[in-house]
Amino acid sequence: MSLRADLQLIADWIEPNSRVLDLGCGDGTLLAYLGRDKQVQGYGVEIDVDNVVRCIESGVNVVQADLEAGLAEFDDQVFDHVVLSQTIQAMHHTEAILNEILRVGREAIVTFPNFGYWQNRWQILQGHMPVSDTIPYQWYDTPNIHWCMLGDFEQLCAKNRIRVVERVVMDGERQVRFLPNLLGSLAFYRVARG
Amino acid sequence: MSHTEHSVGIVTPEDAFFDTPLTLASGAVLDHYTLRFETYGTLNAAKSNAILICHALSGHHHIAGRHHPDEKAPGWWDSMVGPGKPIDTERFFVVGVNNLGGCHGSTGPSSVNPATGQPYGSAFPVVTVCDWVRAQARLADRLGIDAWAAVIGGSLGGMQALQWSIDFPSRIRHAMVIASAPKLTAQNIAFNDVARQAILTDPQFHSGNFYQEGTIPRRGLRLARMLGHITYLSDDGMGEKFGRMLRSGEYKYGFDVEFEIESYLRYQGDKFSDRFDANTYLLMTKALDYFDPGQRFDGSLVKALGQATAKYFVASFTSDWRFSPERSREIVKALLSAKKPVCYAEIASEHGHDAFLMTDAPYVAAMRAYLNNVAKEVGA
Repeated sequence: MSLRADLQLIADWIEPNSRVLDLGCGDGTLLAYLGRDKQVQGYGVEIDVDNVVRCIESGVNVVQADLEAGLAEFDDQVFDHVVLSQTIQAMHHTEAILNEILRVGREAIVTFPNFGYWQNRWQILQGHMPVSDTIPYQWYDTPNIHWCMLGDFEQLCAKNRIRVVERVVMDGERQVRFLPNLLGSLAFYRVARG
Repeated sequence: MSHTEHSVGIVTPEDAFFDTPLTLASGAVLDHYTLRFETYGTLNAAKSNAILICHALSGHHHIAGRHHPDEKAPGWWDSMVGPGKPIDTERFFVVGVNNLGGCHGSTGPSSVNPATGQPYGSAFPVVTVCDWVRAQARLADRLGIDAWAAVIGGSLGGMQALQWSIDFPSRIRHAMVIASAPKLTAQNIAFNDVARQAILTDPQFHSGNFYQEGTIPRRGLRLARMLGHITYLSDDGMGEKFGRMLRSGEYKYGFDVEFEIESYLRYQGDKFSDRFDANTYLLMTKALDYFDPGQRFDGSLVKALGQATAKYFVASFTSDWRFSPERSREIVKALLSAKKPVCYAEIASEHGHDAFLMTDAPYVAAMRAYLNNVAKEVGA
């Protein structure tokens, strides 16, 4: 089974037999893959009941809950990896969830659409809020409320004494090494405490 | 005939008699007892496809189908159990059992005590969820079932499913705990006690020995049920169904039935007091109050779950305030702390606690999805 490119990148960062928490896990695609191919013990958190049903269909452990309420159901440091995939930009309590995920997990994988991507900048120069493959919403109906660029996220990490372990920036299926904040549409971070 | 579609059809209850004494949590001993049960579907050769459904306060063994073609209503969970339904009787062998202390055929306060030739009445011992689970395990032995593919229950039934996973880890693959709680809150015990007081103070109760007096504490039972019923519905659900509707369209300035909700509750109370035993009601509410699987483990449900090997499905309903989603989340939190596999669905429903008996689409879909995987796992 082949994963979507962005999920494959996340999957590659996850060690076999580890314990994984996927926040906003959707239909459980990533966890189902990790359970099958890497024997991880995984749990998902998802707010949408239809997605919860799809997770159950896939045999994925899932807890229906609203991330905005925090992760009170989970004890400290019980996961090796916590995944927050393209969700942080849609959260009200951005800083709180960032700290919560490193309370329950040893390492976090955070991904988000890079607002600094040149196509976004170009649309803004033309006088409009960006709409693209990675940001497929009009300004008036978008769930995304906290946009950032690479440097912004890294600043927030620094402020909370969170260390960036690894960063990869992609444009579609291609990794971007040159001018990532301009040429990359999706950012992938591995972060940890201290 | 639409009502026979996806139905298990005509079913016949069976009795299992046990003469091995059962020592109860209270220390009392039942020397012998009968468990009335029903089964649907076929036990496979590997005996791996058996599902036990545990009933709640007023439930019993008659879960699906009808006892005879003219029976007014089918079993209490006919919406969930049958051919092609989420608890699919074409794949699973489903067992429903009336618990000890019940009033639907299993030994209970209204049964004749062989020692005296009279109904047990007040002499029937208090039974707990643990006692029930042990009695159910003996029934499993009798049916040749080493391990249940799943034990499923709502409310008090969910407590039994949870207890099964703690007391008999090797005999249960999946525990499905719906609209339940890890133990009752003070408020919940309080509701139960008001219900009990209604019965205990009814002059017709005769300290539980009303059978010999030829009476029934109907008034007490009726009040107990009316109170209970209010707590099983949500404010919104009740408002939508009855609102402030009047039976005659205008105020009568008296104390007779005026509002539709009054009429409904009285009807429910009357219906219940005709068919349910007052002593059984007392016992069932006590079993609820005493349930606390963490108690034996320093008060820790996480520790209680330590030896459990089952996988869990937990579900709650947003408008259920008798067994609220917060209480189900406590179970989920303990399961997560104990590193157990769990799926938790919090279903948006306006049906209150009764939602576990209803058919809100996401609830049915979640049950179907989970049980489909159970069936695949056990080769059903």
